[in-house]
Amino acid sequence: MKEIILVKYGEIALKGLNKSTFEDMLQKNIKRRLKKLGTFEFYRRQSTIYITPPGDADIDEVIGRLQKIFGISAIQRCAVFPKDFSVIAQHAGEYLREALEGAKTFKVESKRSDKAFPMKTPEIQQELGAVILDAFPHLGVDVHEPEVTVRLEIRDNGAYLSALRIPGAGGMPVGSSGKSLLMLSGGIDSPVAGYMMAKRGLIVDCIHYVSPPYTSERARMKVEALCEKLTDWCGDIIFYCVPFTELQEALRDNCPEELFTVLMRRLMVKIANRVCAANDYGAIITGESVAQVASQTLPAIFCTNAAAEYPVFRPVIGMDKREIVDISRKIDTFDISTLPYEDCCTVFSPKHPKTRPTMEDILKAEASFDFEPLIEKAVRETEVKRFRYGQRTVGLDM
Amino acid sequence: MIYLDSAATTKPCAETVAAVAEAMRDSFGNASSLHRMGIRSEKIITAAKKTLLSKLGEGDIIFTSGATESSNTAINGAADIYRRTGNRIVTTAIEHPSVANVMTRLEEKGFEVVRLAPKDHPDFVQALADAVDEHTLLLSCMAVNNETGYAVDVKRLYRLVKKKNPKTIVHIDAVQGFLKVPLEGDLISISGHKIHASKGIGALYIKKGIRITPLLLGGGQQKNLRSGTEPVEIIAGLDAAVRAYHGTAEHFSALKQRLLERLSSLSGITVNSGEDCLPNIVNFSVEGVRSEIMLHSLEEREIYVSSGSACSRGKTSGVLAAFGIPDKLADSAVRVSMCADTTAEDIDALVAGINAGIERFRR
Repeated sequence: MKEIILVKYGEIALKGLNKSTFEDMLQKNIKRRLKKLGTFEFYRRQSTIYITPPGDADIDEVIGRLQKIFGISAIQRCAVFPKDFSVIAQHAGEYLREALEGAKTFKVESKRSDKAFPMKTPEIQQELGAVILDAFPHLGVDVHEPEVTVRLEIRDNGAYLSALRIPGAGGMPVGSSGKSLLMLSGGIDSPVAGYMMAKRGLIVDCIHYVSPPYTSERARMKVEALCEKLTDWCGDIIFYCVPFTELQEALRDNCPEELFTVLMRRLMVKIANRVCAANDYGAIITGESVAQVASQTLPAIFCTNAAAEYPVFRPVIGMDKREIVDISRKIDTFDISTLPYEDCCTVFSPKHPKTRPTMEDILKAEASFDFEPLIEKAVRETEVKRFRYGQRTVGLDM
Repeated sequence: MIYLDSAATTKPCAETVAAVAEAMRDSFGNASSLHRMGIRSEKIITAAKKTLLSKLGEGDIIFTSGATESSNTAINGAADIYRRTGNRIVTTAIEHPSVANVMTRLEEKGFEVVRLAPKDHPDFVQALADAVDEHTLLLSCMAVNNETGYAVDVKRLYRLVKKKNPKTIVHIDAVQGFLKVPLEGDLISISGHKIHASKGIGALYIKKGIRITPLLLGGGQQKNLRSGTEPVEIIAGLDAAVRAYHGTAEHFSALKQRLLERLSSLSGITVNSGEDCLPNIVNFSVEGVRSEIMLHSLEEREIYVSSGSACSRGKTSGVLAAFGIPDKLADSAVRVSMCADTTAEDIDALVAGINAGIERFRR
């Protein structure tokens, strides 16, 4: 029996004339993520991508990967039959055994887009229901809240029988909304922020700031490990690693201590501006959440934001830590984020940061030293690295 | 590269590398096998035991995966067998986690565990012996502390404890002390990789007449005290490392003296390793520079030291507090640990690195 996978898209299906552009992008993303699992055939019809796996494919692995591709609303594993009800009835019991054996109730849903098929939808449902009840007499029918919904779709190119509909990741295909730059620290919030924006179709590349010897090699490895994890959702990621030590030391030596964190974040944003300009990023993403720490008060966010020359997306801005942690567990970044290595944000952080900085304070502090040559140098010496989808090479022992 | 972190681990010596390679090539047999290949491996193991016993005294040796397993086996095994002696265990507040956490577990199981800190007792050995009473089944104490080099006279300790209660079993964690100080104990844990053998091999010495129960059950190897096929290759490596060991107190003393002299010309240095410490480990605090920053700053010059006990990856252990070292000094403590190959030039480069670190980072 031939098994294929049907991929349904959510939002894309609602697009107008440029729908095919989105579909192309989704199909390209799927192809890329499945590449290493063999040669798949793709076929697109009626807001569905039909994926025929190679004979030896590990279907569970395929489904696992598909579940992490944005733009897919549901995934269905189906058996393909010729459009002949007697053939379908003959094999249905065997194919549905795994799904129905342990269940108590079921219902049949049918769709007939090929109107040439001799049976009408209600008739298909009744007949198939009877076949199933014969094969699994312990089952009861429940049309409102069934444990298992058996679907039979009669389409132009065949009949598709399935009992397993797996939810997809939702959202828009990565790449369909443009390119963005995520300010990735080693914490819990920023990877979650990146994941959320990738879900809206953005390519998410990452920028990180290191301050050796104040921060260790392991702190950087931790962030690289986070990048690798994010590739499962975002696809390939370009990683910019900015040497930040001299700027932090200059801040420490020349500016009021209580403004250190906000001034530091402004410097980070200023560097991000330049990386955006040079590489065509349309937005900056951060993991800021209002009121979480001193640099995330409204006045502090105002001052940081004023340094940005690009729109700043803060998808976790209104979320509680608990909610953010839940997502980080789901995307499996939590255990990396909670490794103890210190990142540059905590180096020199003041004991009593100013929670209500004003732009006047900030501009005055920044005027006391010419940061421009150091910013320029940091950008020039930024290391660039590419993480491929599914790559796991950092080797940090977790 | 200047490696000054020998208390964390050491580079395997050429003799070890050669012995491991030779055993892998020629003696891969299972020591339990009845044929010639098995006997060849058994002979290597017997020879290694003999080498270790020549350093430790009369008794038996079991080979383990390392000192953590040795100490777990020793403490749990003794607590199992000698429970009828009593319920009390005496230990110190400066133990390595491989002992300290076993003690915590035993405490949870209902044993009374008494922990003494050197800062509270000018005569620490006497205090430990005094804490032993008629119900004390076990005393466990490290020979040399890994963070400061603080040395306990375990020969005297053994004598005093046995005088107080001959039934009390004495366990010595000799990971840092083996081959460096005279040892005496009913059970002694040693580790291979601290003395230029490989990681993954350790041993437990068991004095004649002392019994323990095994931690691992299985095929009954090593007199049923440690099941599992003996890793003959790294046992051969351990044997070679012990025979090749050539660190001397004179060498270390001269280096420590040089280090202290040169450090004394820098400002804000507090030496945490005093007269009662072995000279191969020197712990000192650099005022105004956090340990980790100094460590990474030295790393930039390819000088490798430790900020505390490297085993726990940067976590402070509270051991320095048990020596009476205040938190502020502990936060800026650097541990330098030497081996036989450490040179005077290494020490000079270290001091230059510390000096540069102070100039750049002191606040």
